[in-house]
Amino acid sequence: MIAFGQFLEVLIGGLLSGVLYSLVALGFVLIFKASGVFNFAQGAMVLLAGLALVRSLDFLAARGFPGWAAIVLGLAFAALIMTISAYLIERFVLGPLVNQDGLILFMSTIGVTFILEGISQMIFGAEIYPLKLYPTDAWFLAEGVFPGGILLNKLDVWGGLIAGVLVAGLALFFQQTKTGRALRAVADDHQAAQSVGIPISWIWFVVWLVAGLVALVAATVWGTKLGVQFSITFLALKALPVLIIGGFTSVPGAIMGGLIIGAGEKLAEAYLGPSMGGGIEYWFGFVLALVVLMVRPQGLFGERIIERV
Amino acid sequence: MRAPAASEIAAGEVLLSVENVSLSFGGVHALRDVSFDIRKSEVRAIIGPNGAGKTSMLNVINGFYHPQHGKITFKGKTRDAMRPSEAARGGIARTFQNVALFKGMSALDNIMAGRTLKMKRGFLWQLLRYGPALHEEIENRQRVEEIIDFLEIQAIRKVQVARLPYGLQKRVELGRALAMEPDLLLLDEPMAGMNLEEKEDMSRFIIDVNDHFGTTIALIEHDMGVVMDLSDRVVVLDHGVKIADGTPDEVKKDQAVIDAYLGVAH
Repeated sequence: MIAFGQFLEVLIGGLLSGVLYSLVALGFVLIFKASGVFNFAQGAMVLLAGLALVRSLDFLAARGFPGWAAIVLGLAFAALIMTISAYLIERFVLGPLVNQDGLILFMSTIGVTFILEGISQMIFGAEIYPLKLYPTDAWFLAEGVFPGGILLNKLDVWGGLIAGVLVAGLALFFQQTKTGRALRAVADDHQAAQSVGIPISWIWFVVWLVAGLVALVAATVWGTKLGVQFSITFLALKALPVLIIGGFTSVPGAIMGGLIIGAGEKLAEAYLGPSMGGGIEYWFGFVLALVVLMVRPQGLFGERIIERV
Repeated sequence: MRAPAASEIAAGEVLLSVENVSLSFGGVHALRDVSFDIRKSEVRAIIGPNGAGKTSMLNVINGFYHPQHGKITFKGKTRDAMRPSEAARGGIARTFQNVALFKGMSALDNIMAGRTLKMKRGFLWQLLRYGPALHEEIENRQRVEEIIDFLEIQAIRKVQVARLPYGLQKRVELGRALAMEPDLLLLDEPMAGMNLEEKEDMSRFIIDVNDHFGTTIALIEHDMGVVMDLSDRVVVLDHGVKIADGTPDEVKKDQAVIDAYLGVAH
């Protein structure tokens, strides 16, 4: 029974931490679905959102604002920053590149990454800023069944809930609305989209805005976990295997990919780690991704790749 | 040959006119000082050898290209250049030479995308599938189903378009353009790469669209037989210059046109 309790603890902990990767992966999926562009800057957007949030919270707290008011104002400020950056990116980077090849757009997002990283640290500072938005203490479940119970981190539970709500909302948005249809249309063919009157610049602004807000949500969770700091941008790398497994074009896939990676790497660490010298969780996700690439290159949930010859 | 057209059309009201349009890319002149008009309810063909500037002309009309010189008058409003969104909103729809569909979406969704401008409800309502937004979705869906019936593609409505054979893709693309209920329909080589049977089908649809909905059509086509059968008036371009303009019969006899197509002995 002890072993099973441990297994459950590792599994659930892994699933929940995987969902946190999904939060970052979602931002990628959004932009990929709507413009066919792999947005290299997603990690930098998480950093920007986190810094804007944590610095404005510090500022407001120092001015004696009560906790809840500071949080509301801080979130609003960070959302405003993300709105402005979405506008600027559309206006000065993507807008002039309409009808260009996907690779060119991808390169431009690498440029955006460096600009966002530089500017956000220039304005908001480059230290490690602690963020406390969610409870981070432990939670013990089913203490009657297993000795010691199953330990869960409350932060991970919160992250899981938030990701669930986000995914449900975004899936509805893409499948049910005219705007969602327009987004998919733009991703497939810029000119054809323009010819039926879909305003590309508006669509791109909307999608970068939504991706920015998703980055903000990811920043609240990850900032609480790690503190807001430059290394948060590397989360983007952690999201890569999630995307490959789930498929770049699938919102639910981002979640499933996160769950698979999270559970897989934690279980591997717990059961294979001791015999292999540990550190498995740093590379396990990438190996999983490699296997998926060989078997199903579009990812488990991605759109079928159809090529007529 | 379509009998009634010539005399009626001659008196017809001008829907769109281009005046002295010149377009160049660097040193390459795609269009030089081209002027012509398109009258309401006619089928207007734009023909010419490869590289004559036909597609460039369509791109100017629907706003993808902005000419360096010249004016475009559409529905009485004169502009230096259209913007794609203006063109679409003003009622210009088009198809593309190399089918440009939304490949990841079903035939139905592709044609629904053509209704984008007809749907006004905010996306929050659509998200909730509630009240007026639901009503609007159903209404537009009905119109789309009518188009699907008209084009006889019921069987493939849920099929992802990338899987369809070329001829059907062309038909879905026509459907998407029709879904916009355009005043002016631009068709860029609607029959390119089709076999005889497919060409006949497509010709029938074009004639039907023109007859039943009164839609004005401007089309580029290489198949001379098709052009002569379908169109009321023909404008001929060669190397970016207009070399003839008139009824199919007039154009057919024009020496400049014969030279352009067959080459001249120097």
